Amino acid sequence: MDALTALWDGAFGSSYAFWSATLVRATPLLFVGLAVAIAFRAGVLNIGAEGQLLAGAVASTAFALAAAGLPQPVVIAGMIVCGMAAGAAWAGIAALLRHRFGVLEVISTIMLNFVALNLVGWLIRGPLQEPSRINPQSATIAASARWPQLLEGHRLHLGFALAVALAVVTWWVLTRTAIGFRVRAVGASPRAAASAGLVDAPRTILGVFLASGACAGLAGASEVGGVTWALYEGISPGYGYTAIAVALLARLDPRWVVLSAVFFGALEAGAAAMQRQAGVPSVVVQAIVAVVILGVLAATRLREVAAARRTPVRAEGL
Amino acid sequence: MTAALALRGIDKRFGVTTALTAAHCTIRRGTVHALLGENGAGKTTLMRIAFGLLRADAGELEVEGRAVRFRSSADAIAAGIGMVHQHFMLIPAMTVAENVALGGRGRFDARAAAARVRTIGAETGLHLDPDTPVRELAVGAQQRLEIIKALAHDARILILDEPTAVLAPGEAADLYAWLRRFSVRGGSAVLITHKLREALAVADDVTVLRGGRTVLESTTAAAPEDEIIAALVGERTLPPELAGEVIGAASAVRARRDAGEAPVLSLRGVGYTDPAGVVRLRDVTLEVRPGEVLGVLGVEGAGQRELLRLLAGRLEPTTGTVQRPARVGFIPEDRLQDAVIAEMSLTENLALAGAGERRGRVRWPALREQARSVVEELEVRASGVDAPMRALSGGNQQKFIVGRERAHAAGALVAENPTRGLDIRATARVRAEISAPAGNGRAGARAVVYYSSDIEEVLAVATRVVVCHAGLVREVAPGAEPGDLSPYARALVGAEL
Repeated sequence: MDALTALWDGAFGSSYAFWSATLVRATPLLFVGLAVAIAFRAGVLNIGAEGQLLAGAVASTAFALAAAGLPQPVVIAGMIVCGMAAGAAWAGIAALLRHRFGVLEVISTIMLNFVALNLVGWLIRGPLQEPSRINPQSATIAASARWPQLLEGHRLHLGFALAVALAVVTWWVLTRTAIGFRVRAVGASPRAAASAGLVDAPRTILGVFLASGACAGLAGASEVGGVTWALYEGISPGYGYTAIAVALLARLDPRWVVLSAVFFGALEAGAAAMQRQAGVPSVVVQAIVAVVILGVLAATRLREVAAARRTPVRAEGL
Repeated sequence: MTAALALRGIDKRFGVTTALTAAHCTIRRGTVHALLGENGAGKTTLMRIAFGLLRADAGELEVEGRAVRFRSSADAIAAGIGMVHQHFMLIPAMTVAENVALGGRGRFDARAAAARVRTIGAETGLHLDPDTPVRELAVGAQQRLEIIKALAHDARILILDEPTAVLAPGEAADLYAWLRRFSVRGGSAVLITHKLREALAVADDVTVLRGGRTVLESTTAAAPEDEIIAALVGERTLPPELAGEVIGAASAVRARRDAGEAPVLSLRGVGYTDPAGVVRLRDVTLEVRPGEVLGVLGVEGAGQRELLRLLAGRLEPTTGTVQRPARVGFIPEDRLQDAVIAEMSLTENLALAGAGERRGRVRWPALREQARSVVEELEVRASGVDAPMRALSGGNQQKFIVGRERAHAAGALVAENPTRGLDIRATARVRAEISAPAGNGRAGARAVVYYSSDIEEVLAVATRVVVCHAGLVREVAPGAEPGDLSPYARALVGAEL
């Protein structure tokens, strides 16, 4: 009981807990959750949000360090662009591998996660290492590159507003535009999309890879600019993997990804508090997370089976 | 002399459909035997029984004079029977030798398998490099590998299902020459085929199936081509009322053509080779004018699938030129795979047509309105335009598709087996709506291409008929009698007209 109280207090117990812990944790989860949701909607199994996030973090750190002298809005805009471009490029490798050589993205994206992690490890001991060359991390970015806080005295930063805006835009594009409809059609049935709609499925899928990677890359930029102010190896405690849970819990709907990201952000914030105050290992929270995901998947499946039973597809031909 | 393989009094039913009734067939040792019949005559079913893939409901099977009972194809292989399926059963990532060793027992010995492939090559002239991965083999070589596989299991009786469907003419001639040598050395071969002339040129004996019964069994020498065709086709004529309809429509089209209207769809010297390298169509020249319903006939794999997709803009030709409007309506055979998305709503499925060319925002309210008018016009029974496509019966799905394609592409419509799996009422409605003149007199007439595997259905709607055979497309004029089907049936098997 103490543990649960600690969990709740750590996530929602105070305004500090909510605005500075829960929502700050939710911000990267929202970006990567959207990345996964977009990809899964098109049938692209992007398991590589983690690597794309790291690529975005690297590029935005490098830009922030190089452009320290420029005005703040320019630096921040540059970090956003670089983060998205790097994430998209990292996902683009997997897209190319799939398109040219038929390599499944489930394999390639997860492998690229490790490549990205090791690349970060090398960069922060090499070209991007801080000037004293003692710690394995980059120099701290200049004040002009730090993202503004949204509320006075709270750690919540610009990234959260961007992430929510991105969720709205993603939802609008998926449901209201021709491109979004093509993405959904290709995800539901590539054959029907190509035959009935004359949709260029490979091109649509390439676009989805890039968009998904860009969202994940933005998570990296937002973490560097809003939270860590430097690049180091542990910059993401596996956000790219939690993202899959975030997206699935939201049933791949961008609107629900917002709530789902806040829920998982709260769990992470609460888990830290629980470990501190009640001595319950935070692994317990991961187990809870896993149970939640399985529950959601089972419920979804049951609903599909029930729907199929109500409206049987007629047997055709012989 | 005992027969290599004899099937007697074979009955086979699938559910309520009877596939074979007292069918029989005797393959003499040292001969090539042609097994002929139209689509659905039961050829493949009979041979699948001989190969142990299916079990007969009644009847006897004898191999080299001994009564046998196969529980699986392994038993048939042990008895010395090999089968080369129309769709090859090979593993592309493995080498020739590995594919040959597959299905063997005990330890896999790469060197022994390779040696076996070389020995067979030396003995029979079927040479293949044992170390080549199968995915690098051309189609003809893959077929050779299938035969080598059978021979590696000591097959003395080879069953080949439509072996030349995937081969170039030269390759087909090589295969036949090889089969002749195989039979001279005491082997027996069964050719399941639609290609009458080829079969007669190579076979010693011929068996004809029609409607699941054996209607002719003879040596090739003793059976003139006409007799075989008569056996294949049977006494088939259209009911008089349909025959009248066909003629009436045809004269209307002729009047239009005289008026000099430009064709809506046209193919000039079009050839198509599929990604596997199989030539599917050769030098097709064809025009479809407004108001025409071009009927297309063809047996499985004769090229009609590709012809329809070329006309509908779902495939681009390898050679030659295709002229067609920017939008051509297409009703594909496999509705749930190619035409609709079952989980999406009717409105979304309507939006699917033209999804590739749409830009910017999707005007959902307008599309819902369109979906509603399609539902109304074709009397699609659905709870509403937001219902998932999955909730509709096959007939209502198909009616919706017809309405959608007509609305999307006013000028041309291509239909592939559009009434497959539908009940009688839905069949009649779908057929009528596809061949109906466009827009109830609003716009100009539509050009329609209509393929069905059922000759009667094609003749009931078509104003003109072309028949596909082995990648060639030729126009077939009606016979002297109004309802005479035999010219079409002859063209389907590649006979002289």
